[in-house]
Amino acid sequence: MLSALLAMAVPIAAQFPAYRPVRMADGHPNLNGVWQALVTADFDLQDHEAKPGPHPEVMGAYGGEHAGQSVVEGGEIPYQPWALEKKKQNFAKRTTVDVSSDKKWHELGDPEFKCYMPGVPRATYMPFPFSIVQGSSPYILFSYEFASATRIVRMDWKGEAPTPSWMGWSRGRWEGDTLVIDVSGFREETWLDRAGDFHSDELHVVERYTPVSPYHLMYEATIEDPKIYTRPWKISFPLYRRVEKNVQLLEFKCVPFTEDLLYERFSKQGGSK
Amino acid sequence: MKGTLVAVLAMALWLPASAQGPGKAASQAPRKPAPPTKPAANKSSAPRTPWGDPDLQGVWNDATSTPLQRPTGVGAKDVLTDEEAADFQAQLANDLSRDRRDGGADADVNRAYNEHWMDARRLKITGDHRTSLIVDPQDGRIPPLVPLSPEREKARTARAGANARFNAGLPETYRDMSLPVQCIIRTDSPPYLPTIYNNDFQIFQSPGYVVIAPEMIHSARTIPLDRRPHLGRNLHQWLGDSRGHWEGDTLIVETTNFRTDDGVIFQNANPGTFKITERFTRVDATTLNYEFTVEDPQTWTKPWTAIIPWTKIDPKEQMYEYACHEDNYDIVHFLTGARKREASETSR
Repeated sequence: MLSALLAMAVPIAAQFPAYRPVRMADGHPNLNGVWQALVTADFDLQDHEAKPGPHPEVMGAYGGEHAGQSVVEGGEIPYQPWALEKKKQNFAKRTTVDVSSDKKWHELGDPEFKCYMPGVPRATYMPFPFSIVQGSSPYILFSYEFASATRIVRMDWKGEAPTPSWMGWSRGRWEGDTLVIDVSGFREETWLDRAGDFHSDELHVVERYTPVSPYHLMYEATIEDPKIYTRPWKISFPLYRRVEKNVQLLEFKCVPFTEDLLYERFSKQGGSK
Repeated sequence: MKGTLVAVLAMALWLPASAQGPGKAASQAPRKPAPPTKPAANKSSAPRTPWGDPDLQGVWNDATSTPLQRPTGVGAKDVLTDEEAADFQAQLANDLSRDRRDGGADADVNRAYNEHWMDARRLKITGDHRTSLIVDPQDGRIPPLVPLSPEREKARTARAGANARFNAGLPETYRDMSLPVQCIIRTDSPPYLPTIYNNDFQIFQSPGYVVIAPEMIHSARTIPLDRRPHLGRNLHQWLGDSRGHWEGDTLIVETTNFRTDDGVIFQNANPGTFKITERFTRVDATTLNYEFTVEDPQTWTKPWTAIIPWTKIDPKEQMYEYACHEDNYDIVHFLTGARKREASETSR
């Protein structure tokens, strides 16, 4: 049993001594701050070796991708067989871009490559900080540095997502000191990492943020999508508080970094630069 | 439970102040950007957060038909009587509305299509019956421009050329399109001005911070209140870098470190010399006055100030995600259309 836990190599709240978090006036833990994951899950949620990135002939070591251990409980994502094939195709074409037709706009390539909003849970483990803004209203804001993506967590909000969106529809509640966020109503186009891991519009994510020290939140997400996986599966890793005195989210508005890639082929030949 | 009671109590105490109403607020509209009044803390009746800051939290909408600059038709009048206001509003609504029958069936269908997108709140003038959002200078107009340096003149001419190509349906590249069309910034860059749709702003607060999330484009402007210095002078951002503090019940925000790209700053002011100060003050239970003063000696002959009332929207309404770049089909349509036009011109 013990060895099984160790082998999982995923952190669990029990590793930490009992902790009573600082509280807001309403008695719930104060999660305000700038947080960041230090995992390499954006390259691949599962075990991955170090490798050259796309186009090493121009990117050299700059484009290289770090090795990392799986953040998936049990190590592997339980894909249906056809979906595993699709994931492999996704990876093979992850830097392919073709926006010449509205209908095929989202067919190929990693949305991150095109600076599209990352969705949930990917936004949490992108290699960028994000902030939690928790006040005294029934709304908690999650603001991400990548692509200036935001999402509003509606506390104790009843009802279904009114419309699909990139960041999903987030309904929050407290379970003891854990902020639990139920997220659904996703667009089907986001991916889970650069390895081509993906989902459908039936994606349902339940996230848990548990303060385990003044400087750490334990993060856990249960991912469910009956169209793609054979069962629900779980990821977990810690989030670290950014403690620099002058810490603030900066801008990573990446649209301008993608416009030549997406649109230059439609420009007038010899036109203005 | 305790929190609810306190909130109810604060609201009850605070309501009488709202008897001042928007009309009174109008007559108090500053004629020049005088330093804001600083009510003694113990006299303040505005609602407070549990940690003691004035409470601005909520979803606000800044739509109005009152124009930024005073129209010539109203002479020197800055505030209208009730009767004049009704006429003024009816005239503006008629000009802005797409729900008209003149102009034939094609025009009617086009207008109806466009009307569908638009914010109905944009057809009403401000509750205080002003004829312009600008309150200083007194004529309600943006002050005259100063002569531009040759480099800025050149940049402005280049931009005008790009706009002309775009408007003629012949953009050469995505670079001929404005920042909003490219989905880089929209109404999220200060000063916040009303537009035809998506005029919502959700304000979040936490101890030491105010964060404003404008609907377009899903960004959040984080405003630290701890008097920390601005970012270093070599760090520039599309939305600049904001710092705030409270003066009485008013949040005062100063923003610097804007990028230098064309179109980042209102009226293409010069980022090196541009200054913007915004003031957020709740004036009653459902109104927040958003006031901004901009100055740039290299663009305008003097500073100018506008006040835009923000209305709290029904809590049952929600703010939705505004994705823009993700499905920006238009940019490809504009460019492929332009290439087809060019080809048919050549073959003719």
